[in-house]
Amino acid sequence: MSGMAIARAAPRARRLPWGDRLFRLLLASAAILVLALLGGTALAIFWGALPAFLHFGSRFLTGLAWDPVRQEFGALVPIYGTLVTSAIAMVTAVPISFGIALFLTEVAPAWLRAPIGAAIELLAGIPSIIYGMWGLFVFAPFMADHVEPALTALLGPLPILGVLFNGPPLGIGMLTAGLILSIMVVPFISAVMRDVFLLVPLALREAAVGLGATRWELVWRVVLPQTRSAVMGGIFLGLGRALGETMAVTFVLGNAHEFSASLLMPSTSIAAAIANEFTEADSNLYRSSLIALGFLLFVITFVVLALAKWLLARLSAGEARR
Amino acid sequence: MKSAIAALALALLSGFVPGFANAAEITGAGSTFVYPLLAKWSDDYSKQGGAKINYQSIGSGGGIAQIKAATVTFGASDMPLPPADLHEAGLIQFPAVIGGVVPAVNLPGVAPGALRLTGPALADIYLGRVKTWNDPEIVSLNPGLTLPALAITVVHRSDGSGTTFNWVDYLAKVSPEWKARVGEGTSVSWPTGVGGKGNEGVAAYVQRIKGAIGYLEYAYILQNKMTYALVQNAAGRYPEPGKASFQEAAASAEWSKTSDFDLVLTNAPGDGAYPITATSFILIHRTAGATGAVKGALDFFRWAFAHGDASAEALDYVPLPASLTAAIEAYWQANLP
Repeated sequence: MSGMAIARAAPRARRLPWGDRLFRLLLASAAILVLALLGGTALAIFWGALPAFLHFGSRFLTGLAWDPVRQEFGALVPIYGTLVTSAIAMVTAVPISFGIALFLTEVAPAWLRAPIGAAIELLAGIPSIIYGMWGLFVFAPFMADHVEPALTALLGPLPILGVLFNGPPLGIGMLTAGLILSIMVVPFISAVMRDVFLLVPLALREAAVGLGATRWELVWRVVLPQTRSAVMGGIFLGLGRALGETMAVTFVLGNAHEFSASLLMPSTSIAAAIANEFTEADSNLYRSSLIALGFLLFVITFVVLALAKWLLARLSAGEARR
Repeated sequence: MKSAIAALALALLSGFVPGFANAAEITGAGSTFVYPLLAKWSDDYSKQGGAKINYQSIGSGGGIAQIKAATVTFGASDMPLPPADLHEAGLIQFPAVIGGVVPAVNLPGVAPGALRLTGPALADIYLGRVKTWNDPEIVSLNPGLTLPALAITVVHRSDGSGTTFNWVDYLAKVSPEWKARVGEGTSVSWPTGVGGKGNEGVAAYVQRIKGAIGYLEYAYILQNKMTYALVQNAAGRYPEPGKASFQEAAASAEWSKTSDFDLVLTNAPGDGAYPITATSFILIHRTAGATGAVKGALDFFRWAFAHGDASAEALDYVPLPASLTAAIEAYWQANLP
């Protein structure tokens, strides 16, 4: 599409002074550089991952073993850990962000909105390693001493669901990592939600209130349908961050290449495994397997973003029809 | 081309860009364990008019890769390379400093050094076979100690590490089952437990989790005042970890029977030898003669062996015994005339 735009602009460009043409060229090359970088990165990672893919085949995706001594590598545990922690993060972060955004736009008195809004934006600016250290030294012990024993006592005996909450309360594991992630993505999601809620035309709000809508009906029937696609966009932005987060997860996930159904048990994620093991990956196959993990993360993130774009397109098409 | 792309991917993924050595500069890369000591030695050395040493602590595996690619003057590794590998890559190697790997525990009411463990008991714990602290296997070793019915949480390194190599090398030497099921390397497939990144990560997990056991460099035990356990050595005794027991392990080991110092000090035979003593090795390219940066590096280590003992001890490292530094000098003369 951009190629077409440049082509169409070309005849006019010939009449422009050379400075303008140079500027146009600079802008175009800056934009194309992004594409070239993305393509180059994907290609380089795939090239690096190729030996592992060729050696293990589909076993790389389904294998549970991660054994540097016997050179046997399977990505299932890191993939599982990445998806589970991100899922926990989204399940907790989305309702909380929704609540924050609603409170800030519909409920809070005007004098409270600015300080809370600023605090949430500050939360987004904290480096992830700080979240990791806070998670390890403050949050994990709190989970181990108070939350996890209570969860095991309360939910452990239940059939099916109980499996998720059994195990020793280490404070380090998928649940803790997921909750830390949710704290990290809440600012992103709630900021987007707040901004788009504020964009709903005043006339619509007044009309709804004039028809006797309660505050809940106003939000559920007017604000949300108006902003659905942007809200989805914010959620996927948060999910993208949760999938790739490295440092904070490394600190509290436990970094164990072990499959366990319980959310209280340690696991590992793709990003954490790469960060932990890359420096000492001494054989070519080991290094290639780690790069292959990176490629899988690339693919997962790409699929998630593509899915988000597709959802957005469908939703906005639906909104336009209405 | 293939290696160029792999190098690009490596740089992209790790965020690490190798520093290229120019002729006058002495550069090194590798083991994170020796980094504080090399930094101190290099500082002292340059204050006395010696050359500046630029060392990047990127991990032993990275150090081996860098010296093989000849992008640095010397590499540092916590595990020795077998002589066949050395010759193939045109390298020589020699030990630089000694340390020890010590099990740390989080057991309320147990004093540092009070808990006694044997190698097979440690292996059973790390295999996940011994699951609680009041297991008969541990109780029988500690008749005077009341051990709680607390679950054991095994803590290991999540990153590849020379510390891990020495730990699992010891476990493999004392437990046939460990050797068969897990094996040895800078990272292994752990049967159980949680992984902490770096010594500080393992220390943090052990301090956080009640009933945890982890393995740490001796210096971390001292600096964090952690509760450690004693390990039985090959002579059947339980030596305190420290300078005396590490040096005895280094002195009792039969260096003369190996070529290129290819010896792991674990399970050394001496009466007071600490069983999990570790050595860091320096790797240098075998050149026609000791010239340029290689000569600079040798001069640096020669100076460090002669004058660096006080700095090493101040940082809780253990310097090499004199018999060993003499053997290293002879090795240099033989290989780098």
